[in-house]
Amino acid sequence: MRFVDEFRDAEKARVLSAQIASMCVPGREYKFMEVCGGHTHTIYKHGLEDYLPEAVRLVHGPGCPVCVIPMGRLDDAIAIAEEPDVIMTTFGDMMRVPGGRGSFFDSKAKGADIRMVYSPLDSLKIAQQNPDKRVVFMAIGFETTAPSSAMTVLRAKALGLSNFSIFCNHVTIIPAIKAILDSPDLRLDGFLGPGHVSTVIGCRPYEFISAVHGKPLVCAGFEPLDILQSVYMIMRQLQEGRSEVENQYRRVVPWDGNVKALEVINEVMELRPYFEWRGLGFISHSALKVRDAYAAFDAERIFEVPGVRVADPKACQCGEVLKGVIKPWECKVFGTACTPETPIGTCMVSSEGACAAYYNFGRFTRERVREAAG
Amino acid sequence: MTGPERGDTATQAGWAEEAVRDAAVEDAELAQYPVGREHLSKEQQVLARIDKARQRKARVKEERITLAHGSGGKATHTLIEAVFLEAFRNPLLEAMEDQAVLDIGGARLAFTTDSYVVSPVFFPGGDIGDLAVNGTVNDLAMSGARPLYLSAGFILEEGFPVADLERIVASMAAAAAAAGVQIVTGDTKVVQRGKADGCYINTAGVGLIERPVHLGADRCRPGDAVIVSGPIGDHGVTIMLARGELDIESDIVSDTAPLHELVAALLDAVPDGVRALRDATRGGVATILNEMAKASGVAVVVDETQVPVRPEANGACEILGIDPLYVACEGRLVAIVDGTHAHTALTALRHHPLGTGAAIIGHINDDPPGLVLLKTTFGGTRIVDMLVGDPLPRIC
Repeated sequence: MRFVDEFRDAEKARVLSAQIASMCVPGREYKFMEVCGGHTHTIYKHGLEDYLPEAVRLVHGPGCPVCVIPMGRLDDAIAIAEEPDVIMTTFGDMMRVPGGRGSFFDSKAKGADIRMVYSPLDSLKIAQQNPDKRVVFMAIGFETTAPSSAMTVLRAKALGLSNFSIFCNHVTIIPAIKAILDSPDLRLDGFLGPGHVSTVIGCRPYEFISAVHGKPLVCAGFEPLDILQSVYMIMRQLQEGRSEVENQYRRVVPWDGNVKALEVINEVMELRPYFEWRGLGFISHSALKVRDAYAAFDAERIFEVPGVRVADPKACQCGEVLKGVIKPWECKVFGTACTPETPIGTCMVSSEGACAAYYNFGRFTRERVREAAG
Repeated sequence: MTGPERGDTATQAGWAEEAVRDAAVEDAELAQYPVGREHLSKEQQVLARIDKARQRKARVKEERITLAHGSGGKATHTLIEAVFLEAFRNPLLEAMEDQAVLDIGGARLAFTTDSYVVSPVFFPGGDIGDLAVNGTVNDLAMSGARPLYLSAGFILEEGFPVADLERIVASMAAAAAAAGVQIVTGDTKVVQRGKADGCYINTAGVGLIERPVHLGADRCRPGDAVIVSGPIGDHGVTIMLARGELDIESDIVSDTAPLHELVAALLDAVPDGVRALRDATRGGVATILNEMAKASGVAVVVDETQVPVRPEANGACEILGIDPLYVACEGRLVAIVDGTHAHTALTALRHHPLGTGAAIIGHINDDPPGLVLLKTTFGGTRIVDMLVGDPLPRIC
């Protein structure tokens, strides 16, 4: 397949792998965080860790938008879905995420009208087709998906729709990275920057990471060779004693981002003073809400939501996993109480979650898998 | 409403606390037997414990049936084991094959049933009618049987167009004639509008096993070859695109076809070497291989570069973020064949019109038991687990 196979070439991977290995200083460990869940997924899907030397470890960061939604927010969404005449629309990934009292799937089984969509525009279409229903879109994601939610609100307004709203849970990546950098129990040597988020915000917002914290960051693409090359670029920075923001994903990410998309977000949404992240707690200015001017499209104002905070189970260590402090298998409930079939923590829900990825693809030691595969 | 004071009013998620307590009890029980585990690293001990936890008795934790229970993945298996197998338990059912093999008066009969709820009912390459015939014919054929007789039960929604029903039935008749089976009994029910989605069909079938073959998912042995009979995923991708929700256009058509002649050709060529046959329907090739790995206590090693997938199907899967290994087929089989007969088997399949795209995609290994491993095109390795829940709509 064109534009895909080129980035999965095993021959080139072997060359990069050898170069990365040759750059390792003997006795030194390297810990890099891939911020984005998409990277985690690629790493496991293609067995990419087979190409990295033992000394280079990838830590899975907080960039899975499904994983960071706190249980209380989900309960709010379910409460909206169970209001009369509501059709709740959501991305498929969200369906299985457990709140304090069950998931969208459970609520749907009890009779709520909850539908999976592939784009917020699909839910706009549902709103047009069902004028007697109130259609809500469960808006989640980082800056990657915020423009499409904002765009949909603008279109709903242009169409004069009065039965469409979004339940806005959009989060922003920079405060999350800041929270991780401020965490005292963390030692990272560099970052693989989130490629898709960067298509919108560009590379400049990361400059404090290299300038203030002295850590290299390379904006990385999502094919396996993208990731290997990005690791190589971080290693080269370390080798040369540099800490800079570099852009590996230049074929997609403009250095200054997508100004048009940022304008659309800014038109419809503004920063919340604070927002709770699953596992990370309250982070200030880390999420978006709908502006007053678009209150008519804001599910939070249209519906009465319980707004009750649900504590993560004490045994659940999603926060430490998200921060990269522990590996998934080090969590007390990993694989026993918390499995992909019955996830307790959100890291186990989405296939991009660090725990689900590890459970599905990395459960067996590399040596044993490699030996068995021959 | 959202403010720091929210933190003061935190409630607890009862179900989660309960799950943690349950697991702690089971964990303590498992930890009493650390025999031979002392040499393992902390990580290996955790993994070994998880392996134990995965083998514990199936239990349906949900209060209500969700769509995940129908996905063909783990939730479906849990439901079948915990509810149906538990209630109906008998040696024939316990084999958990796609058909039961009955010894009656010296004859060996294969017996199976399947229901069809695909939406939309008409799709490129077929419709719910030929799907309902071919699916049951194939379930019979996978035991080595010659399919003979089918039943057909219809559940129709009030308001369903008679012309559509006639079209479906005509396609069933044609599929039955092509497969050499007769539809000899049936049933019709009509339910109120909104209580069903147009037309559902159940078919059951019997076939005669004339060959001295004994096939089963529990018969795989290290050294066996894993063969698929053609490009995978066509049916599932066709249905996803036919639903029109994705705005992707493609010429891809369903692969629905009766496979009993292909099976006969294979068994003629390799009378003793075939261990197991399955048609790769719901859950795709990955699910079948997982079932085989678990039933036989072996590892299945698949080489991704050898797995045949049409570029159109692959492209659609890539866009949707789906792995073709999990996508349903309705006219493809997976054969586990004694390694020494692998090439004879492959040649026999390729000489049949429905098997021209057949390929050896992997082999059976002894360790780690119960696992499916994939050597990725990229050159890495990973585990291919059973699907947990499938966000995709009804495909068969």
